[in-house]
Amino acid sequence: MCLAIPGKIVSVSGNDPLERMGKIDFGGILKEASLAYVPDARVGDYVIVHVGFALSKVDEAEAQKVFDYLKRMGELGELEERRT
Amino acid sequence: MKFLDEYRDGELAQQFAREIHRITTKPWNIMEICGGQTHAIVKFGIDELLPKKITLIHGPGCPVCVTPLEMIDKALEIAARPNVIFASFGDMLRVPGSTTDLLSVKASGGDVRIVYSPLDAVKLAEQNPAKEIVFFGVGFETTAPATALAIYQAAQKKLRNFSMLISHVLVPPAMEALLSSPNCRVQGFLAAGHVCAVMGYEEYFSIAKKYRVPIVVTGFEPLDILQGVLMTVQQLESGRAEVENQYSRAVRREGNQPAQDLIQEVFRVVPRKWRGVGEIPQSGLGLGDKYAEFDAEKKFGVAHHHVEESADCQSGLVLQGQIKPHECPAFGAKCTPEHPLGATMVSSEGACAAYYRYRRMPDLIGAK
Ligand code: SF4
Repeated sequence: MCLAIPGKIVSVSGNDPLERMGKIDFGGILKEASLAYVPDARVGDYVIVHVGFALSKVDEAEAQKVFDYLKRMGELGELEERRT
Repeated sequence: MKFLDEYRDGELAQQFAREIHRITTKPWNIMEICGGQTHAIVKFGIDELLPKKITLIHGPGCPVCVTPLEMIDKALEIAARPNVIFASFGDMLRVPGSTTDLLSVKASGGDVRIVYSPLDAVKLAEQNPAKEIVFFGVGFETTAPATALAIYQAAQKKLRNFSMLISHVLVPPAMEALLSSPNCRVQGFLAAGHVCAVMGYEEYFSIAKKYRVPIVVTGFEPLDILQGVLMTVQQLESGRAEVENQYSRAVRREGNQPAQDLIQEVFRVVPRKWRGVGEIPQSGLGLGDKYAEFDAEKKFGVAHHHVEESADCQSGLVLQGQIKPHECPAFGAKCTPEHPLGATMVSSEGACAAYYRYRRMPDLIGAK
């Protein structure tokens, strides 16, 4: 039940911050979620959704870091190999 | 799916695994807190990619599993009453209480309904003014913002027929309880990413320092978990005990402020029993005085119900990482997902169920 997955906001409704709802696209499946806790999330943003609530925005630049880390690791490995 | 599939790339996973093999020189026990991570580890066979020296201990991080027996009994008692619509997340329905479960109560005429979000239960209360709607509010800090908003909305709408049976638990006090146990084998933690998305990870700095354990806030996909393990091993091997954030795409150090504000508004910190572990001080959330009228325990007079847990089930030891699920004598024999003895076999995030589902063969388990 702790599952929380990323989806893309396709539309937003409601003006009161605590009543803001969004339609979220999870790879083709659309679901409603409360945007009460992501006041700055806009259409097109990715959010992590848990039991009908967006808990945080996915930061696209940070999302790249895992792959940058791997790349750096690979380069370091090659360097070390060359040295030995 | 974006932000999901790319973190499941097998080749990249191997790269992480190779690096972990390269740097590991000593045996290390690392606990993943969250049941969602346990599920992913067993499902994707992540532990099998790791060096034999590294043991992943599956922590108490499944709210379904740690909900105490007496709370399930209270739910059963309330759900069986006429005029009550009992709303719950689906995975609570088969959790065994002392004598029965919610599914059986439903089968014998109780109005038990599965909802996806606590807000659905608020809607039920609006649509059924002549009925009492009770929501079973379980979960970690991840779920608390949702239940908090449901209560807040119910108060705004002055819904007199809505209440909640609350069994919310908090992660950092449980980590401390584990670490201060003399049997504790945990040397490093993968902290649960989504708990931290809400609460941030400020609280972990003092734990890391006091107990000298590395804590790495970690996501839920295979590459996240592998990178989390790598970062933890790097710390262990170099004698560091720091808090690091692997899951920076979703977690900021300060967490989600609006969510924390509403949790503070609606809840207060209370002692809480954890199934299999016992009572941990300051480890739960209960309703604040201002919202006491929404407390189902008070409304239905079940607050003083206490029961002891069965001795057959060793889920307490499993939850504390002292045995692996298949080391329980009942595993796969007396206890299966169809006929669970303990909550760790019920929920798909429970360690017992994850082992049963993905590694039914005892030989395979033995081989690891
Ligand atoms: S296998 Fe069943 S009885 Fe044994 S610890 Fe797990 S849930 Fe309890």
